[in-house]
Amino acid sequence: PKANMSAEEAAILTHLSSGPDAVIEDTLTWSGQSKLDHKAVVGAVKSLQTDAYVTASDLTKSYFDLSAEAKDILANGSQEIIVLGALCEAGEAGISMPDLQAKVGKNVCKIGMGNCMKNKWAKKDGGNLVATKALADVSDEVQAHLKALADAGGSESAVDAKTVQALKRRKLINLVTLKSYRVGRGESYAPVRKKKAADLTKEMLDSGAWKTTEFKQYNFQTLGEKVGGGYLHPLLKVRAEFRNILLEMGFHEMPTNKWVESSFWNFDSLFQPQSHPARDAHDTFFIKEPSQTVSLPEDYYDRVKTMHEVGGSGSIGYRYDFKREETLKNLLRTHTTAVSSQMLYKLANQEGGFKPARYFSIDRVFRNETMDATHLCEFHQVEGLVADYNLSLGDLIGTIETFFKKIGIEKLRFKPAFNPYTEPSMEIFGYHPDLKQWTEIGNSGMFRPEMLAPMGLPENVRVIAWGLSLERPTMIKYRIKNIRDLFGHKVDMSRTRMAPVCRFDDLNTE
Amino acid sequence: KTAKMPTLAVNRDDLFAHIGRTYDDVAFDELCFEFGVELDEITSEREEALKSSTSKLSKKQIEALDASVIYKIDVPANRYDLLCIEGLSRSLKIFLGDMDAPVYTKTAPDRMVTMTVQADATSTVRPYVVCAILRDVTFTPERYASFIDLQDQLHRNLCRQRTLVAIGTHDLDAVSGPFHYDARCPDDIEFVPLKSSDDTAGQAFTGRTLLQHYATHPDCKHLKPYVPIIQDSPLYPVVLDNEDTVMSLPPIINGDKSKITLGTTNVFVECTATDLTKANIVLDTVVTMFSEYCAQPYTVEPVRVDYVDSAGATTNSHVTPALPVRRVQAGVDFINSLIGINEPAANMIELCNKIQLGPASLVEDVGGKQMLEVSVPPTRSDILHPVDVAEDVGIAYGYNNIVKRVPATNTVGGEQPLNKLGDLLRDEIGRAGYTEVLTHGLCSIRDNFTALRRPVTAAVSLSNPANVEYEVVRTSLLPGLLKTLQHNKSASFASGFKIFEISDVVLPDDQNVITETIVGARNERRLCAVYAGPTSGFETIHGLVDRVLTLTEVAPETEYGANSTKGDEEKFRVAREGWCYTIRELDGANGQDADAGTYFPGRAAEILLTSPEGGERVRIGTFGILHPEVLGAFDVGYPASCLEINLEPLMQK
Repeated sequence: PKANMSAEEAAILTHLSSGPDAVIEDTLTWSGQSKLDHKAVVGAVKSLQTDAYVTASDLTKSYFDLSAEAKDILANGSQEIIVLGALCEAGEAGISMPDLQAKVGKNVCKIGMGNCMKNKWAKKDGGNLVATKALADVSDEVQAHLKALADAGGSESAVDAKTVQALKRRKLINLVTLKSYRVGRGESYAPVRKKKAADLTKEMLDSGAWKTTEFKQYNFQTLGEKVGGGYLHPLLKVRAEFRNILLEMGFHEMPTNKWVESSFWNFDSLFQPQSHPARDAHDTFFIKEPSQTVSLPEDYYDRVKTMHEVGGSGSIGYRYDFKREETLKNLLRTHTTAVSSQMLYKLANQEGGFKPARYFSIDRVFRNETMDATHLCEFHQVEGLVADYNLSLGDLIGTIETFFKKIGIEKLRFKPAFNPYTEPSMEIFGYHPDLKQWTEIGNSGMFRPEMLAPMGLPENVRVIAWGLSLERPTMIKYRIKNIRDLFGHKVDMSRTRMAPVCRFDDLNTE
Repeated sequence: KTAKMPTLAVNRDDLFAHIGRTYDDVAFDELCFEFGVELDEITSEREEALKSSTSKLSKKQIEALDASVIYKIDVPANRYDLLCIEGLSRSLKIFLGDMDAPVYTKTAPDRMVTMTVQADATSTVRPYVVCAILRDVTFTPERYASFIDLQDQLHRNLCRQRTLVAIGTHDLDAVSGPFHYDARCPDDIEFVPLKSSDDTAGQAFTGRTLLQHYATHPDCKHLKPYVPIIQDSPLYPVVLDNEDTVMSLPPIINGDKSKITLGTTNVFVECTATDLTKANIVLDTVVTMFSEYCAQPYTVEPVRVDYVDSAGATTNSHVTPALPVRRVQAGVDFINSLIGINEPAANMIELCNKIQLGPASLVEDVGGKQMLEVSVPPTRSDILHPVDVAEDVGIAYGYNNIVKRVPATNTVGGEQPLNKLGDLLRDEIGRAGYTEVLTHGLCSIRDNFTALRRPVTAAVSLSNPANVEYEVVRTSLLPGLLKTLQHNKSASFASGFKIFEISDVVLPDDQNVITETIVGARNERRLCAVYAGPTSGFETIHGLVDRVLTLTEVAPETEYGANSTKGDEEKFRVAREGWCYTIRELDGANGQDADAGTYFPGRAAEILLTSPEGGERVRIGTFGILHPEVLGAFDVGYPASCLEINLEPLMQK
């Protein structure tokens, strides 16, 4: 059974076999006496300790070791004292740098001169260096500190911390740590170690050895091994869950795989006036190539233009000259509502006429905004809308409540707001269970009649809609402070690996 | 946020003095919430300076700053009447029922002041002007500052940085009418402008030299942005008094002669514009807000504006300000139905008073329906349609008092097939050991083309990129994945680092029609995956190609893979009838293939799909070992392989 033991283990156990009180006073000296490698001995002690063959108490000690330069200072004085001595000797006329170097040596000159200047023991006078202090007026503190340390055998307590720092900076001393142990018998001590098996193996099953093998205790306080495999991105996990929720609510997904839009669909069709600030280059990415939309549904375009210029369907319009070149300007869509608008236009003009619908989308939008910890030029928008006869603000509030209850937010409040293409408009505030405070969680409203009428929707068809960003709820859910840690190439893959599943408490069901 | 909200900063105690009530912060926040503005921040001059990272003030200077409380309030972008303390407090007082909405009236002066417009000249640069006079105004330092601030707010928002409308205010007692609005040659205009820099005080300029001065002088940075509005015009607009002295050079600066001061009592206001509707709104806003301080509050003296042609004939004449009071009708049933309430008409009349739409009355339309007829004051240019009336009734009723309900709409949910396939593949590729990334759609030309050793070809490019990282919309997902590797250098590559993304690229395309519209580009849904490790992982990526096609029910062509050991698995393959694929070495020799340069020579292939519809092999993507120079360009220190596949051909039926 000796086969399982290392030489060091055997030596330790043998040493302790002389009696119950046998000890190794200090592994360091013992290793030397036993002609064993100390590192290997320490390894053996630790291994034996885990199986309680031995007990070990830490004898680790540290001391300062003096460098060769420090020993030189101990013998001859510090460089600054040597230099000052040479300067004093030269008298009032001083001494030139090359002469000083020749006298005290290059290294001593460099270090000593620097410290003399710093201590204001010397000054420059023309090309010469002149002493400003007599040798008798100064003391060699460095030498004194080093002597104190040497006398105390390098003990850390011989000088104060500030001095230690100063000496270390001059590379005069170096902290040496000696790890060693005092070793005695443990409760499972035996002169010969019997190695226990770590795991059940196929060989044990085949031979039946599992019946007689002793197994190591398993440490249940360490983490299991990483599972490996692949991982999905946290934002897209949330996207999947939001899609599920909206599908459950009977919403149909809109085709939003169209990032380049005309100003017509992105703004004009929504009754957003051409002079609206959101249409500034400060907010919107316009496109250099292809800069202009090639074709539009012309009949509908005419109706939109008329609505902007003179109104209709009960509206007085915006009363300005609608410009075609403005409507044709291509851009990166600033909201997915550019697609909602197309869906509603199709809904109005489909075969068989309008039928009630619920639509949703979750996709990217682009804004030329100042970027900060919560804003990037690209983000994802979640949008839902219902089109039906005679819908009311009450229907919108009810729909929003159903949605937010599905993601665990129950307490809602609605603030009157303004949005160019919805009227009424409401900002949605919710009491967030993770943040434990009220916060704005979305925007909503009923699309303006000036937007719906030109599409050809029946007069009493109303469209209620709400939207929110996908990033914000994700950042709250996954405790992410900076959006760059969520979206883009700077995301740390470890964050993706650690992200839990995206699950919300659905408060609609008990 | 969908709409940019202007922010109004007001001294809290001044605001409460105007309102005539005091609140604690929480109660005032509540009032704001119900009314539809937002108490965004509570601060003070001192606190702002303390928080500012750019402030150069010393501790002592900061200590000396005013510590009185400032409320920063976000107001809706279409409520220009809430952009000053006067208007905000007036609206809140009316909302609280502490005050009736004022009636704004035009006085009837014995002799009306006139403004004559040389229409032929002004039409070339800035066609319109509207004017008004505020008589016997009492300014205090606070009122004066608010008067200037409101003009700034309007210039920023509604006036679109003065391009659409510019406001000029003058001391009427320093000048005399009749006034003229003309456009003249820049060199023929000469006047002393308001002081803009110390070294030019009192100095006269011509129109041309003045604009050059503003464009270049360091003290004139605040005026520089407006210079381009008229600089290149052959004629510059000017407002003149009866002595032909320039009172203003809109939209840039006023003349010194008619300079307004704290002591001014009679104020002449002119708004020059390229948009007459907005000019009227701006003028109405300024005079309705500040007529509060006239000897006879809420009265305004009108000005007649005559447009004359070059022959001297009057072509048009208006009396301004317009100060329109519109009677707008909205059905009682319509309002109840839209908001989802059931308020009797009498209650609605009461509610109208709270929201400045009073006096309201009930009338019957031709069909006998009950109609609420409201008075829309000149301060409420936001009311365009009966829905705007309905909204205000809803606000007065309280949004949070509305009983919620769920629409009876009966619909069936459904997914976009392409998104559904994408999500299914994401799950599968994740299971295959790849970690998903989400990268930006915008990137630099370098990353999209040259760093990939590809020729710079057509891509959707931005005209106003925020920075060099956002020059084009990506035409490949690969740069984003390689940049992700670059930023995850410290991760372990020992057993291979595998990442993937399924998302869109955008390609120029002037044939693609969506909703009867051709924009000149189309999205394409792609899958991209990269392996990087101690060895290239070419076979690993090759395996993923086969896996993706197996998952999408496409079988290998008979010859492809004929030599490989397929094991027993092959007999379980399920594939669509007539769908197959093969791979072929990418021919990089003649430089014809734009993608070939990305790969290590001899270690790249194209994936060819045959479907029953086309019948011919079509390339749906490529894969291979990345060229060391590509790795170098993205600072990737390990050999790597990648694949990029267009998923859309796999969708066809």
